[in-house]
Amino acid sequence: MFLPSPFKSVLRAKPHVAALANDDGRLVALSGMGVRRSGRWLVRGVDLDVRRGEIVTLIGPNGSGKSTTAKAAIGILCPDEGVAGQRPGLRIGYVPQKLAIDSTLPLTVMRLMTLTGPIAPADIDAALHETGIAHLARAEVQALSGGEFQRALLARAIARKPDLLVLDEPLQGVDFAGEIALYALIKRLRDRTGCGVLLISHDLHIVMAETDTVICLNGHVCCRGTPQSVTDSPEYRRLFGPVAAPAVAVYHHHHDHTHLPDGRVLHQDGSVTTHCHPDDGHHHEAALADGDDDACGCGANHHRLQGFAPAEERHV
Amino acid sequence: MFDDFFLRALVAGIGLAFVTGPLGCLVVWRRMAYFGDTMAHSALLGVALSLLFDLNVMIGVFLVAAVIALSLLLLQRRGALSTDALLGILSHSTLSLGLVLLAFMPFVRVDLIGFLFGDILAVSTTDLASVWVGGVLVLAAIVALWRPLLAGTVSPDLAEAEGLQPERARMLFMFLMAFVIAIAMKIVGILLITSLLIIPAATARRLAGSPEVMAVLSALLGAAAVMAGLFGSLRFDTPSGPSIVVAALALFLLSLLPFRREDRRPQGVRS
Repeated sequence: MFLPSPFKSVLRAKPHVAALANDDGRLVALSGMGVRRSGRWLVRGVDLDVRRGEIVTLIGPNGSGKSTTAKAAIGILCPDEGVAGQRPGLRIGYVPQKLAIDSTLPLTVMRLMTLTGPIAPADIDAALHETGIAHLARAEVQALSGGEFQRALLARAIARKPDLLVLDEPLQGVDFAGEIALYALIKRLRDRTGCGVLLISHDLHIVMAETDTVICLNGHVCCRGTPQSVTDSPEYRRLFGPVAAPAVAVYHHHHDHTHLPDGRVLHQDGSVTTHCHPDDGHHHEAALADGDDDACGCGANHHRLQGFAPAEERHV
Repeated sequence: MFDDFFLRALVAGIGLAFVTGPLGCLVVWRRMAYFGDTMAHSALLGVALSLLFDLNVMIGVFLVAAVIALSLLLLQRRGALSTDALLGILSHSTLSLGLVLLAFMPFVRVDLIGFLFGDILAVSTTDLASVWVGGVLVLAAIVALWRPLLAGTVSPDLAEAEGLQPERARMLFMFLMAFVIAIAMKIVGILLITSLLIIPAATARRLAGSPEVMAVLSALLGAAAVMAGLFGSLRFDTPSGPSIVVAALALFLLSLLPFRREDRRPQGVRS
């Protein structure tokens, strides 16, 4: 049926989301997902699953389509290509990247907790204590600092007891100690409730240690894999200290291409294409399976453990 | 009971204030003041068209305001012009279109000033009934939509991710605005409707600790402004619509005064 897009969502909540089978453990799934805006693909060809109890981390530079992918996964953005699926009745706790709440809205932290649905007072209390902002329950959200507001949003999401917790760049404005604390909190929550977690981070090298799958995006899936424990690497251990080390892990990228400034793709074989498709003959995933440091040979030093500079991050 | 024109005006005005209070809070929170103004201005085009096609004026105004709201939504999505510029274009062109259309119809005698600034003292028993019946319907709709409306105000993404339908609520909200503009036109006039939405809500902000309290307070403050304005207009023989707005402004200015104890701590001694 032809309807302008603003009116489609009026008819039914999330009309484009397919129902996943209830018993295969998948909470949300994307397959071949692409989103196009103004004639340009923001992101294309993304496959992604989050299962019960699983932690998936999306990483990638700014504008690489991380938030777009997450929004498609939870069904608030309709993909232009591919399929988005969701387990029926899935309860989502969402921590958006940033919020602009008008100062004319008198909203206390307490009132924020029940914004999208009723929550038992005991759960609110537990969430506020867990995130360490119980003393701010009566404060207005506009008066909070960036970090406090971030924690209030997190408390709101976990008080819902979600099946899937989605955090969009929760580390913005959070220092390293805060990062460790946040990861510990997410781990506790996952261990206790068995919820799935979809975490978006702009840090290309350091991810939460408990992450089951890292997906590196840059308009498409550049690579995916599991992070490696920091404890295996003396350099990182020295860098983070013994306390922090168990919470974070290192992700080694294994790209077989780099991105030119104009968005085109430079492949390892020296060819340049406008898009990156996994099966266009330029790729060599099989060669990378053994994880050798220089198997890639593309010169983008994805496998070095130390000495990465900000300039190099643009390659990823 | 409502034989007296003044009593009718008072009851109609209070009924309207009870609706514009909560609706106005949402307008203020969503930064849609200019949007409401544009919809109100389009009411004159609605008046002209309903006279042309021999429609009930209230229905014509509602339809035109609703169409304007929907076209704004679509134009916004397209994103070619900023919302600001779009509102500026639609606001004044619909007002002017209405005026020009009326000028082409010399056969109808229209009390233009009455439409622009309201004629609350000419409220009939039928008008009174439409204000209260319509008002109760609008309030019921606001209560039913409150959660998605409020959550959508904070973040549409958040609301939708967690199972609400903020987009549907927003669209219904616009129809409610169009409806309220249609019933309010007679009372405060096209040019002053927005003030009854915005000023009581802004006044209530400093006194309220939660969104719900603010909505109720702004309804009460609006009713107080209607009463003060009407009595003032009777006493000083001033136009009733503008008098109500002036009374609302006076209440707003009062709310700016420091009223809490901690605001009045002794100042340091000057040397």
